[in-house]
Amino acid sequence: MTTEIESPLSEATTTRDRVTIRFAGDSGDGMQLTGTQFTRTTAVYGNDLATLPDYPAEIRAPTGSLPGVSGFQLSFSSNDIHTPGDNPDALVAMNPAALKTNLGDLVPGGLLIVDEGEFNATNLRKAGYEENPLEDGSLSSYRLMRIDITKNNADALDGLELGAKERFRSRNFYALGLVLWLFSRPMDTVVRWATDKFKRNPVVLEANLRALRAGNAFGETSELVHERYEVPPAEVAPGVYRHISGNEATALGFVTASHLAGLPLFYASYPITPASDVLHELASFKRFGVKTMQAEDEISAVCAAIGASYAGQMALTGTSGPGLALKSEGLNLAVMAELPLVILDVQRAGPSTGMPTKTEQADLLQAMYGRNGDSPVAIIAPSTPGDCFWMAIEAFRIALKYMVPVIILSDGYLANGSQPWLIPQLADIPPVEWSHADPGSASHAYERDPETLARAWAVPGQAGFEHRVGGLEKSYETGDINYEPGNHHKMTLTRAERVAKVANDIPDIEVTGPQQGDLLLLGWGGTYGAITSAGERARSEGKSVASAHIRHLNPFPSNLGEILSRYDKVLVPELNNGQLSVLVRSQFLVDAIPFNKIAGQPFKITEICGKIDEVLGVGGPFEFEF
Amino acid sequence: MTAASSNGALDEEIPLLTRKDFVSDQEVRWCPGCGDYSILAQMQKTLPGLRIPREEIVFVSGIGCSSRFPYYVNTYGFHTIHGRAPAIATGLKTARPELTVFVITGDGDGLSIGGNHLMHLLRRNVDVTVVLFNNRIYGLTKGQYSPTSPIGKVTKSAPMGTTENPLDPIKLALAAGATFVARSVDRDTKHLESTLATAAQHKGAAFVEVFQNCNIYNDGAFASFADKDVRQDRMVYLENGKPLRYGKHLEHGIRLNGFQPEVVENPMSDGELLVHDTSREDIALPMILSGMDYPDFPVPLGVFRQVERETYDGLVQDQIDVSRLSPEPDIEALIAGPETWNVL
Repeated sequence: MTTEIESPLSEATTTRDRVTIRFAGDSGDGMQLTGTQFTRTTAVYGNDLATLPDYPAEIRAPTGSLPGVSGFQLSFSSNDIHTPGDNPDALVAMNPAALKTNLGDLVPGGLLIVDEGEFNATNLRKAGYEENPLEDGSLSSYRLMRIDITKNNADALDGLELGAKERFRSRNFYALGLVLWLFSRPMDTVVRWATDKFKRNPVVLEANLRALRAGNAFGETSELVHERYEVPPAEVAPGVYRHISGNEATALGFVTASHLAGLPLFYASYPITPASDVLHELASFKRFGVKTMQAEDEISAVCAAIGASYAGQMALTGTSGPGLALKSEGLNLAVMAELPLVILDVQRAGPSTGMPTKTEQADLLQAMYGRNGDSPVAIIAPSTPGDCFWMAIEAFRIALKYMVPVIILSDGYLANGSQPWLIPQLADIPPVEWSHADPGSASHAYERDPETLARAWAVPGQAGFEHRVGGLEKSYETGDINYEPGNHHKMTLTRAERVAKVANDIPDIEVTGPQQGDLLLLGWGGTYGAITSAGERARSEGKSVASAHIRHLNPFPSNLGEILSRYDKVLVPELNNGQLSVLVRSQFLVDAIPFNKIAGQPFKITEICGKIDEVLGVGGPFEFEF
Repeated sequence: MTAASSNGALDEEIPLLTRKDFVSDQEVRWCPGCGDYSILAQMQKTLPGLRIPREEIVFVSGIGCSSRFPYYVNTYGFHTIHGRAPAIATGLKTARPELTVFVITGDGDGLSIGGNHLMHLLRRNVDVTVVLFNNRIYGLTKGQYSPTSPIGKVTKSAPMGTTENPLDPIKLALAAGATFVARSVDRDTKHLESTLATAAQHKGAAFVEVFQNCNIYNDGAFASFADKDVRQDRMVYLENGKPLRYGKHLEHGIRLNGFQPEVVENPMSDGELLVHDTSREDIALPMILSGMDYPDFPVPLGVFRQVERETYDGLVQDQIDVSRLSPEPDIEALIAGPETWNVL
């Protein structure tokens, strides 16, 4: 199976403080699984890390084609990092199409591992190669490792009762075994996972474990490999950690909020990329009293959640941008009926169907303004995959206290990305407080709390609070239908004031870097990592650059205006065509400079650094290189 | 619907309520002479008989004349948005299966803008009672044709007559798998009251179509067969286990010739007539009956179908209950996940 060599341990081990690696292959090659398993091992090993899965919307695009390429990028480090890395140091390409679509990102001199067994005439043609790039010298600037993974793997599986297709499918485990060896990682985390995952299919388990070990052994014994890498564990805050993705953290946050509140959670949703995993997760939490409903459409999902809110429970619906559009009318009913409701929008590239598997943060203005009438809702946004947990709890805290709908703007990058996460202690999580109408303090369903202006949450089953509520305007005093001019004016202002009052209940925004200076980077949502890293890099170069990240978008933190006034310039990087910049300019009369990328991909640190230099006048005009 | 209250109180402990207890303090604002008044009155008469406390009853409606209904009933009420009442009621009932939930809708609200939600409520068999007021016209928007208006109907939006085939609510409900399907008419108050009561007591999704006269925009839509003086000859009252007979002296009957119903004059005996059976799993018989229309046939009123099946809200609750039988759920273990590492 492998070439005999004299000293298997002769290769040098180089210590690096950060490595970025990308696995790329056909969408049927199992690259997401390979990336996820390498990530889990690396997380348990103790590195800080960030991931970027990037896959096509088609479940199975034509095999070997360029649109069918699926990638998973991971950056891991012995330091604190915030992004999955701009450009990979190492690329694993399982076929010619994967090489073609990803090679341009590999750093010069980077490590390139290819499955040469897949570089046949058919696959080369599908990828649009006229010459075999492995033969024509075009890869000479990379450290190329040509391995016939397909054949080696098939040999390793010799004797197993498996068809050719099944053998082929396990070659991602071979690649994983090799890469684990290359980066000095143990195999036990993967072995444990696979043993559990395939416990009902012993032949497939055996195939995958053999493939894993064969790939690992190949690295150890083949003279092809001249160098191993070691990335020592990161120095991070002490505590117990786990690996977590944004969607996992979101679902955990919701069920934790329900546990803390002691109130059942009801989740209604229509399947939509990239939010469906939240439905899958919550559907498995039945033992915590979570009821999930796969609704017939997005409208039904928001309406069923409103029904659950009216019933007095914790009501939640989740979607992505196109679904939020469909939920607008329902959302407005919750605004008008003054019912607590949380809407999760895992944003993706739009408009319309757009690019379902690609990230974007272009729903901010839809969340803010996308409804008829003056219809304010609270809007919050997590900044990292782990932060999704906290913002899920925060959403319910605000919704239940102020009797308002709260929109959470997550995004595809946060949802599918992952990081090591310091597991919180339940006792350290602030409580989620609520109350149904209290006969001691409220006489009817429209009696308001003078502090929050929230009405009493009178729910069916409460005798003496029978009332009728709906989408028609109602009297400020009684809640009965009311069309009087002065009343509508007052109710509109009351709905706005109630949301504005949430600002009394949220933390001030904090600045990283100088407290005043030349430039403030102002961001929100999933761009936190890239913006923070760009700010750090600019400061390390002696520039007066600070960064601030908004997690509460409506209302803004009370101190935001004052913070903005302390800097000569404000730069707003966003993955949209200018939305937060519009809100900031209109609300604070600040000449915020928009910096917009609408490519379906997250910011690279270098892109933000290039724009910083342009704005500070120390570099030329910045242009994206797509 | 379940007759026990959420706190498990026995029927005897619930104070006897009267029709007046279900009249709200809101002024009723339907046009004088509207058929909605009759439906409201029969519902208010029906409710005390359910022996359910007022606070455990919720009326959910959409938009339209009929959907003002919840304002006039002194229970919990939710006047929601156009067509969405079935979805809101599904969420409400699933979250709190112990509540008694009614959906009030119309032919536009329930069959046009909200047709999808109605279909899915019925197929899920959510344990609610849906009352669809069918006046075959849009009233609140002042007289456009509805999905149940007959083809050729002249309205403001169809000055040369509609070019659309109407939808039959009974057929839709049967096809969607509704476990209780019935029809009544506003001006036969006795039949309406008993139909509403039977529907409300059905466990599962109960669908009741009520022919309702809009005396402003579609006056007399049902007069040709539902007026008191012709009713007995032009409508047939469906009763489970009974042969289909109608007429002042029960001189007309219905028999089946293959899949085709036929009118029989002065039948010799019940044996030659079609015997109604609401309990059949297949929907062939009620579908055939729903195809009978005036003037070729008498219009059927009553219960078309009544079968038992697990309810959506009940099954969802069962899954929760079963999941909770296993070891005490540990939220901290869930948060920690399957794999952790310790940084010292």
